[in-house]
Amino acid sequence: MDNKEYLTLFIEESQEHLQAVNTHLLELEKNNGSKDIISEIFRSAHTLKGMAATMGFEDLAHLTHHMENVLDQIRNDQLTVTPAVLDVVFESVDDLEYMINDISSGGSGKKDVQGAASKLEALLAGDKAAETASASNVSPEKHSVIPEYDQYEWAVIQESEEQGYHALCLNVTLDEQTMLKAARVFMVFGVVEKAGEVINCQPAMADLEAEAFENEFTVTLITKEEPENLQAQIAGISEVTDVHVHVVKKETVQTKHEEQSITEEKNQELSPPSNKAEMPQRQTEAVKTVRVNTDRLDKLMNLFEELVIDRGRLEQLSAELKHSELTDTVEHMSRISGDLQTIILTMRMMPVENVFNRFPRMVRSLSKELGKKIELDIVGADTELDRTIIDEIGDPLVHLLRNSLDHGIETPEVRKQAGKPETGTVTLRAYHSGNHVMIEMEDDGAGINKEKVIDIALSKGIIAAEDVEKKTDQDIYGLLFASGFSTAAEVTDISGRGVGLDVVRNTFESLGGIVSVDSEPGKGSIFSIQLPLTLSILDVMLVEAGEEKYAVPISSIVETAIITKDNIFHSHGQRVIDFRGRIIPLLSLHQVFAIPGSQEERSQHSIVVINKGGKIAALMVDHLVGKQDIVLKSLGPFLPDIASISGATILGDGNVALIVDVNTLIA
Amino acid sequence: MEPEQLEHTEEAVLTKVIVFQLNEEEFAIDVRRIQSIEKVKSITRIPGSAAAIVGVMNLRGIITPVIEVRTLFQIQGREMDEHTRILVLVREEYEAGLIVDGANDVMDIDLNRMEAPPESSGHRKNEYVDGVIMVDGRLITVLDLDKLITPLIK
Repeated sequence: MDNKEYLTLFIEESQEHLQAVNTHLLELEKNNGSKDIISEIFRSAHTLKGMAATMGFEDLAHLTHHMENVLDQIRNDQLTVTPAVLDVVFESVDDLEYMINDISSGGSGKKDVQGAASKLEALLAGDKAAETASASNVSPEKHSVIPEYDQYEWAVIQESEEQGYHALCLNVTLDEQTMLKAARVFMVFGVVEKAGEVINCQPAMADLEAEAFENEFTVTLITKEEPENLQAQIAGISEVTDVHVHVVKKETVQTKHEEQSITEEKNQELSPPSNKAEMPQRQTEAVKTVRVNTDRLDKLMNLFEELVIDRGRLEQLSAELKHSELTDTVEHMSRISGDLQTIILTMRMMPVENVFNRFPRMVRSLSKELGKKIELDIVGADTELDRTIIDEIGDPLVHLLRNSLDHGIETPEVRKQAGKPETGTVTLRAYHSGNHVMIEMEDDGAGINKEKVIDIALSKGIIAAEDVEKKTDQDIYGLLFASGFSTAAEVTDISGRGVGLDVVRNTFESLGGIVSVDSEPGKGSIFSIQLPLTLSILDVMLVEAGEEKYAVPISSIVETAIITKDNIFHSHGQRVIDFRGRIIPLLSLHQVFAIPGSQEERSQHSIVVINKGGKIAALMVDHLVGKQDIVLKSLGPFLPDIASISGATILGDGNVALIVDVNTLIA
Repeated sequence: MEPEQLEHTEEAVLTKVIVFQLNEEEFAIDVRRIQSIEKVKSITRIPGSAAAIVGVMNLRGIITPVIEVRTLFQIQGREMDEHTRILVLVREEYEAGLIVDGANDVMDIDLNRMEAPPESSGHRKNEYVDGVIMVDGRLITVLDLDKLITPLIK
């Protein structure tokens, strides 16, 4: 069978399941073996195993199977959760992750899992019975497959028994030559559903419909029908080669679940309402969402961008023609496309959780490596950002986090001496702020050593000795992000991978973000990253200089103003102005971009006051044209690094305007 | 085109080319490499770009760099007029426009009759010249576009 079309789905879902396993394992460590959590992990692992086996990734299925055995024992209280046990489980999760990543990048997903598998095996309690029983689930004997029911299903089976029904398990085998397996499945279900209520089918219904199974499947139903009748009815369906029906009873299964599971099931009995309430809810949620290929979303976005350009053109035309009906229609269309824009943009939004969720694991293993006690506190994981941004910020955030763990948080001894709790806390916070999303990483560590930063910066020639005095504390801390700052001496395994924080800054800035850092000695540091909500549609101020038009992103504009000649002063040969009591540099767009034709001499000038991480400057232009929504376009491979230009856009009149990269204008 | 291939003259290999002028000279480019021929529209200057890139233009919603071939050939520039055209090249990795003095001829040329470019044609660099060919008393220089364009991609 051609698995290709399921592959993407498989990768996505297995990544989700692995993430769930990761998250729950961490919770498990905190809550010391809560049953609910183990069940969740078990469920994820089980699904993963099923999917991997279906897709033919044997190593993956094999390792998951071993992991499942360990989880099963934990679930049945045969194995206690200790950090050592979790380490082994985490290790195999890492292997699983490796394999899925390999598959996702086009590999075969093969890996020698024997090492990890035997480690898991070693964890298993000497209880061979459980081992063999679980094993028999995987390589089942024909005709006697009893699927694994979850606790909810067991509760249903038991309840129905009390009400005079019985649970029947049907193993149906289709002819190997069957062309339309899904159709046969449909017919079997037609019979089964008439007879009673289906509570479980394996593989899952979706897989059956998609024909993602070999030629056997198992259905469990609650019915009053006699097993023999049902068997005869199903055997009558063409291309069904074999049907085996048997009654599922609690006793038949207790051979594989040890005594503990009885108590467990009894517990379940006491709390079926909560389980039942959970089930329908999950189903409705499933109906509400649709998986859409991101390519399609990108296509939609591209088409919409074209529309935005045309909208600009129409608005311009209607303004020129002054035809009232046309104006009304264009205004209405603008409003509608504005709403459409919001919807499309929100469709591309993803919670930052997608990036954050791998951090708890990282903090756990790194703090062990570093011999530190560190707690990671995540706030606002549901804050949403454009998918394109989400895709990019993972690595730089990892870098920052490693930096905080390595250099920020002190060892427990040092913390104790400083009168702080032994466990350090790193808080990762995300929240909306206007048109931006802020991500903050705060630690309660030692803070940044200002003198050391100055020493390094001086020795590397990043700043001149005479400038040190003039720098504010923030300026000094900001030097951490200067290129060439990272020193070999402090490259450790954790935070140093040969790249400095300047790479982090560059990545964020290329996304239109701004990075800043503040610190208080002995109290800790905070790294703040301001990111735009979306990348492709920008709110800009169009300005004119000479014959040329440029777009300045509104997000970096403090305000626009008009200054007279008298407001311009000179300091160190540089033009400055007094802006609300602050002396700020005055740049001329004519000079920055060497615009042909000399700037007119006049008594008044329009300025745009721009801001980059708290530093401001004024940009002198000839005219302010107005505010506009524009679509950001790349300049392509011929023009990759044009100084102070971040991209281009097509204006309403069809001309191309360049977008000013404010970050590079302010040194 | 390798020299040894030039010697195979038995069979005519016809290739459709677009012929365009730069000053008084005629050049040819394989027609399969040209997406369209455009009249000059508004070109936006890119401050600080390489000298040969005059700017970018909006080509049906795609921002396309416009290249002044004369600068690459180091031949005298000329003001744009109503004959000036932009040849739009499309490759998977880029789109680009070439400014030429008019492109109005499509012809079939026999690549086997092409001769190696003259060894020393003065100051001009000719690594992007495939060869020259005489067609009806006109000397046409056949260009290798990849060698011409690729060095401009950084």
